[in-house]
Amino acid sequence: MVTDPISLLSPEGELLTHPDYVNSLDAASLFSMYRDMVIVRRLCNEATTLQRQGALALWAPSLGQEAAQIGAGRALEPTDFSFPSYREHGVAWCRGVPPANVLRLFRTVSSGGWNPYTYNHALPTIVLANQMLHAVGYAMGVQRDGADTAVITFFGDGASSQGDALESFVWAASFNAPVVFFCQNNQFGISTPVTTQSRVPLAERASGFGFPGVRVDGNDVIAVYEVTRTALERARSGGGPTMIEAYTYRMGAHTTSDDPTRYRRETDVELWKHRDPIERVKALLAREYDYHRDSFAAVDAEAEAVAMDLRRDVLAMERPDPITMFDHVYAEPHPLIDEGRRDLRELGLTEVLP
Amino acid sequence: MSEMTMAHALNAGLRRAMEDNPKVLLMGEDIGTLGGVFRITDGLMKDFGAARVIDTPLSESAIVGTAVGLAMRGYRTVCEMQFDGFVYPAFDQLVSQVAKLRKRSDGVFTMGLVIRLPFQGGIGAIEHHSESPEAYFAHTPGLRVVSCSNPHDAYWMIQQAVTCDDPIIFCEPKSRYWEKGAVDTERAGLGLFDARVVREGRDVTVIGFGSYVKTMLRAADAAALEGRSLEVIDLRSVAPLDLDTLVASVRKTGRLLVVQEAPHTASIGATLVAELTRECFYDLRAPGLIVSGYHVPYPISRHEEEYRPSVERILDGVDRLFEYDV
Repeated sequence: MVTDPISLLSPEGELLTHPDYVNSLDAASLFSMYRDMVIVRRLCNEATTLQRQGALALWAPSLGQEAAQIGAGRALEPTDFSFPSYREHGVAWCRGVPPANVLRLFRTVSSGGWNPYTYNHALPTIVLANQMLHAVGYAMGVQRDGADTAVITFFGDGASSQGDALESFVWAASFNAPVVFFCQNNQFGISTPVTTQSRVPLAERASGFGFPGVRVDGNDVIAVYEVTRTALERARSGGGPTMIEAYTYRMGAHTTSDDPTRYRRETDVELWKHRDPIERVKALLAREYDYHRDSFAAVDAEAEAVAMDLRRDVLAMERPDPITMFDHVYAEPHPLIDEGRRDLRELGLTEVLP
Repeated sequence: MSEMTMAHALNAGLRRAMEDNPKVLLMGEDIGTLGGVFRITDGLMKDFGAARVIDTPLSESAIVGTAVGLAMRGYRTVCEMQFDGFVYPAFDQLVSQVAKLRKRSDGVFTMGLVIRLPFQGGIGAIEHHSESPEAYFAHTPGLRVVSCSNPHDAYWMIQQAVTCDDPIIFCEPKSRYWEKGAVDTERAGLGLFDARVVREGRDVTVIGFGSYVKTMLRAADAAALEGRSLEVIDLRSVAPLDLDTLVASVRKTGRLLVVQEAPHTASIGATLVAELTRECFYDLRAPGLIVSGYHVPYPISRHEEEYRPSVERILDGVDRLFEYDV
C-alpha cells in the first residue's frame, strides 16, 4: 500500500526524516542542484518567450516540475540510459544535452535534436508511452550484455493509461529488466485530470505488476534524488524494475497552444505556488548552509547568460535545405527517395529559402 | 541443392542468420518452447538459448517496441507476429517509431528489425487469421515490405532481411508453408528487392506475390492451352517496387494483370497499375487490371474459395484484357 508521498524537504525548506530514505547530499551538491533548477526554469521561460515572439512553433513548459526532473536526472550515472517524453527539459540538461539542441524540435528544424549516444539520452517521444517499451527493450539488451547500466524512462499521468505503458510494466516484470519507470504526475493530461486516469495513486499500480511503486513528493529535489538513486541501484544490481510516481503540478500550460484557465482553478495554482520546488531549496541553503544573497545572485546571473545564449543559438537556426528531407529515411538505397530528390532538384526547390 | 518445405527453409535461414551474427535475436509469442504455432522457429530455442529466442508475453506492441529498444542497444530482432490479424496492436510502434527513428535521429539509430508476418488466407481459418495487410506498411515511408513465394526465396530472403539495415515487414504465405521446393543453399540468386520473372510469356504480364505465384503459374498453364502466353512475375519486393523488371515485361507484352488477395482500393495492385501505366503508356493495349479480394472483411473460410483470386478469375481477367483488342 502506498502511503503519503516520501518527503525529505518541507515546502518551508526544513529537512525531514524518513525511515527508508536519508538525505545524502552535501551542501555543495544541494547548491548545484539548486543551480540546475534555476537555470532550467530560466531556459523554460526563455523558450516560452521565444515561442510568443514567433521563433518557436510550440513549447511544452516544464515549469513547476524542476525538482522531479533535476532530482531524477542527477541520480543517473553517465552510463545509464534515459528515455524521455517531450517535457523532460530538466533531464536533458542533467544529461548534458545543450539547451539549443532541445529546442531544435520546437524550432521545427529537426524531429530529434541530438545524437542520443553522445548523452545516453534518447530523443523526445511525442506519441505517449511509446518510449517506455523502448526503455524496456534497451534494458533487455543491457541484461544480455551483462552491463552495469540502469535504464530510466519518463512519462506522465496521462500516458499511464496507454496500452504501451501497461505492456512495458508487464514486460519489465516478466524479464526483471533493469528499468525505472519515472512518472511525473503533474495532475493533468492537457485538460484531463489525473482522477480520470486512475482511481488509486498511480504508484499503487506497480504492485499489481509485481514490482515496487514509490510515491515521492515531486517538488522535493532531495527526496526525488534519493528515491531515484535507490531505484537505479536496485535495477543495476539485478533487483528489477521500480515505478516512481513524482507527485507534482504543472504550473504552466500543457503547451503554448493551451489555455489552462479553462479547466483548472486559480486557487489550486496558488496552493502549489507555496510548494515551489526551487524556493524550498533556497530557504534550506540560506538557513542551514549559510549561502547568501551573492551566491543566489550569481546563479541568477548565470541563468540569464545561459538563456541569452539559448536565444542567440535558436535565432541562428536556419531552415535546412528541403533536399535534406530525403536524408536518413532509409539506410540503404531506395528508388522513391531517389525519385523525390530528383523531382525537388528539377523543380528548383533545393536551395535554402528564407 | 536440397528439397525442403518453406517452413523448414525459413527455419534454416533463421538458424544461419543467428549463427552469422550473435546479436540476432528472435522474439514472439510461443516461438521458443513450442517452436511457433507454425513451427517456423522449431528447435532454435534449444540450440541458441532462451536469451536469444525469447518467448514473450502476449502483447504485440511490446514485441515491436522492445525490439526498437534492443536495436538501440545494437541487437537485431526478428519479431514473429503470430498471425496477420494480430499485427494491428503493433501498428503504432511500426508507423510512429520503427519507420521514423532513423530519420528522427539523423541516421544514428539503425532499425534493423524484421517483422515476420504469416499472411494471406486459404487455410480454412477463423476470423483474423487470413489477412493481407501489406498495403498499410507499404504506404509508410521508412518501412520495406517483402514476400517470399517458395522455399528457396524463403531461405535467402529471411537472411537478407536480417542483414538489411532498414526495417522489413516480411510476409510469409502461410498456405504455402508446407509445400516443398528446391533450395540452393550456396547461392541466393537475387537481391531482397528484386522481382523475378518466373515464367516468360508474350501476351500478358501477370504480377503477384506470396501464395499467388503458384496460382498464377497454374493460370499460365491453362492459358497456354488456349493459345495465350502469360509472363508471370513474382513481385518479391512489395515496397519498394522493382520497376525496371516490371516495366521491361509490360513493354514487351502490352497487357498487365495484377493478382492480389487484398481488396484493390489503395492497394499494391493500384500502385502497380498507376506506375506501370505511366511508364508503359504507349505500349499498353488495354488498361491494367486487378484481380483481387472483394471489398468485404475477409469472409468466413467457407466462402474463401469464392473470395480469393482463383485460376478461373485470373483467366477471366486475361479475357477482359483481350476485349480491348480491336
